[in-house]
Amino acid sequence: MLDQAEGYITDDGRKIGGVVMEMKNITLRFGGVVAIKDISFDIREGEIRAIIGPNGAGKSSMLNVISGFYVPSEGEVWFRGEKRPPMRPYEIARQGIARTFQNIALFEGMSVLDNVMTGRLTQMKSGLFSQALWKGKAEAEEIANREIVEQVIDFLEIQHIRKTPVARLPYGLKKRVELARALAAQPKLLLLDEPMAGMNVEEKEDMCRFILDVNDEFGTTIALIEHDMGVVMDLSDRVVVMDYGKKIGDGPPDEVRNNPDVIDAYLGVAHD
Amino acid sequence: MAQTQSGAERLLSLPALLHRNATQFGTAPAYREKEFGIWQSWSWAETEKEIEALALGLINLGVNEGDFIAIIGRNRPYLYWSMVAAQAVGAIPVPLYQDAVAEEMAYVLGHCGARFVIAGDQEQVDKVIEVQDQLHQFEHLIYLDPRGMRKYEHAHLHQYSHVQDQGRAAHDELIGELKRRQAKLDYDSTCVMLYTSGTTGKPKGVVLSNRNVIESARNASGFDHLRQNEDILSYLPMAWVGDFIFSVGQAYWCGFCVNCPESADTMMTDLREIGPTYFFAPPRVFETQLTNVMIRMEDAGRLKRSMFHHYLAHAKKVGGRILDGKPVGLWDRIKYAIGNALVYGPLKDTLGLGRVRVGYTAGEAIGPEIFEFYRSLGINLKQLYGQTEATVFITVQPDGEVRADTVGVPAPDVEIRIDESGEIFYRSPGTFVEYYKNPESTASTKDAEGWVATGDAGFFEESSGHLRIIDRAKDVGKLSTGAMFAPKYVENKLKFYPDILEAVLFGNGRDHCVAFINIDLTAVGNWAERNNIAYASYQELAGHPKVLASIQSHVEAVNRSVAEDEMLSGCQVHRFVVLHKELDADDGEMTRTRKVRRRIVEEKYADIITALYDGSASVSTRTEVTYEDGRKGYISATLEIRDAAVVPVAPHQVAAE
Repeated sequence: MLDQAEGYITDDGRKIGGVVMEMKNITLRFGGVVAIKDISFDIREGEIRAIIGPNGAGKSSMLNVISGFYVPSEGEVWFRGEKRPPMRPYEIARQGIARTFQNIALFEGMSVLDNVMTGRLTQMKSGLFSQALWKGKAEAEEIANREIVEQVIDFLEIQHIRKTPVARLPYGLKKRVELARALAAQPKLLLLDEPMAGMNVEEKEDMCRFILDVNDEFGTTIALIEHDMGVVMDLSDRVVVMDYGKKIGDGPPDEVRNNPDVIDAYLGVAHD
Repeated sequence: MAQTQSGAERLLSLPALLHRNATQFGTAPAYREKEFGIWQSWSWAETEKEIEALALGLINLGVNEGDFIAIIGRNRPYLYWSMVAAQAVGAIPVPLYQDAVAEEMAYVLGHCGARFVIAGDQEQVDKVIEVQDQLHQFEHLIYLDPRGMRKYEHAHLHQYSHVQDQGRAAHDELIGELKRRQAKLDYDSTCVMLYTSGTTGKPKGVVLSNRNVIESARNASGFDHLRQNEDILSYLPMAWVGDFIFSVGQAYWCGFCVNCPESADTMMTDLREIGPTYFFAPPRVFETQLTNVMIRMEDAGRLKRSMFHHYLAHAKKVGGRILDGKPVGLWDRIKYAIGNALVYGPLKDTLGLGRVRVGYTAGEAIGPEIFEFYRSLGINLKQLYGQTEATVFITVQPDGEVRADTVGVPAPDVEIRIDESGEIFYRSPGTFVEYYKNPESTASTKDAEGWVATGDAGFFEESSGHLRIIDRAKDVGKLSTGAMFAPKYVENKLKFYPDILEAVLFGNGRDHCVAFINIDLTAVGNWAERNNIAYASYQELAGHPKVLASIQSHVEAVNRSVAEDEMLSGCQVHRFVVLHKELDADDGEMTRTRKVRRRIVEEKYADIITALYDGSASVSTRTEVTYEDGRKGYISATLEIRDAAVVPVAPHQVAAE
């Protein structure tokens, strides 16, 4: 069922591999409310996959299903060729999935560096006692992790705020720090929940650049939710369109743009 | 020490100096750069290996003797190596301003006919690629940071480290050729070509020989007793002659260490971590630092604040005198020592100036208060006067003879004369060779005997023998009343107020003077925040009545001070306007070194000048602006024009001049 071998080359020369994650007939209910209704789609290795839709369409719920925070009421999540059983969030993080949040979820009182270091937590194995003493294994581990974190800091150009408490940063930079923390985990699959929300044009351009660079440089597969249609159409390789919990479109940006259902959902249509 | 020559080897080129340093101070650090949060360091011996690998790689790529290699990027060891490697293979390095827009770059690259470009990152590479169709001689582009360029067409694009790897691989085949080319270098070979920003017209390529650079570096290092163990922070544009002399000329002559910041934004943190012993900054940096200190002190507790002000007042009284070695009473010295332990020392450390033995400011006039502030803390901050054509040094202030209003005595081996019109001429070992491909300009600037016209008007003060600069000679004019018009004099007085960033005075040939003013967004913005004044944009803040009132009080204070100078009392500002946008190099209103291009400003804002003279109370204007990426847009504004009180000047005083 999973055609791992299959893949394609994009117009700008990027290699897209086989399917890494497949959502099969996902339905998600909260009591009587149906947030997601029987949706299936897949995410391929190395691609930038967008999920779009009007407010309340169920995009964030979908992302939470992918990240394992919600367990679907019906349907199956397949990751790397295996059906994923219900898991604790940290177990999923260890599988190589990292995310950012729509409403920034950083530790406000901690420095940028410490916040990004938390992205490495799932990789740290030394115990509480040796961490407290900071000797031997704990020290070596921290140095190795700090190197990875510093590469991320360099990559996202946030060296100047390394020691600044997050609470003092402007919104655009906080978003970038969140991305840094997610990247520090060196994820295979990166989930971005509205990475450009509330940003000005310049910040958006920067963020686009970073997302493309992450994908290009580390080959990270990216799934993102975004409202800004211009951004989505420029960035992504394939787009899933949701409306009222249903999938109404799926395909490359150009195809989706001309899909009449999508136009209806976005521009509104006269209902009887 | 550094000046001793090893054996029969003669130190007539940068590669020769490099070899001397690698031999004599092999393990001493030559370069440091903060990357990934850690200071990475290269010893002189390692540096020689790196430069050799790059030089071999350049030969391998086909660099010929006499080729021009443009170097674009922020201060990084790799780019400094590029300059030395370029010289080692007989090519001529041409550092460019990294913030130049693509069009400006196209002119310079086309003018020198650069066959090779070494660029720092994708941003610079993109600019070169954008204009490469206009460049006929351009062939290969080498880049440092590969990020974002994986998908670029690499036929003529090479990663720096790969060029070095290829150089190392071809070591045995090419080392003979490299040695042969290096042996040909002498004092008359071109060391570097630097483009002067030029307040008028197109940039000119100033050719500096090894003699110019090495002799100037040697003289200046001797003058300030620089040693091998100095540390400097290199953060000023690599295309600027000052950076070339400090970070290459003097660093290679003395063998001291060049430290490169992690990024432009981390400069202040890096400054503090390195604690340079020899420091160079334009007045702007000192002003910003002082403003930050004062703002932060406002937020400090009462005890700290009163301690700070108490000891600063004491430093103001005696600090400068102690630094100059003048007699100071014992009690004052003890009190200064306590102040040093409690306030000055920690403050200097915070500023990153705790270890500075020699500091220079140049490029623009520095406000006397700012200058005195740093000196009173015990920082040996001095002024020098120089230009690209002189390989920086014309006059320098010797230790112990430092004043805010003069620029010092002639530097070693520099001769100075002042002609009848007041223009300053000099002749020195640093006198440039020529303007590249521009014999007319060369001839009009440098005469047959080697005297170079500076274009500045000034005079030697009889009491001290120090040079004082009045203004650019071509800017000095006359009002229609016959009084002298020296705009810079008044502009500097205005700019010494922290909330005034830039001022431009007009009045040549008219009967009175008027001025444009740019507010300083940091200082005024902070003031607005403290006073609960809301604003949405620079433009709105600049037009706020309270801001205008405060600027008006500054203008009037300057008028009173100008009126005291008999010669220049006619230059008082009668009317002024606070501009709706900052004068910007991207709009051509300033040079890249932030000097105002007077003529262009005068043309561009002719409507505002007219309004200043015809007595109208406001003026509506529309101005073209260029964004950083080269796109253009317009901003419109209605500006209020204010009258400033002037001190009446008795006509006989003017006539007396």
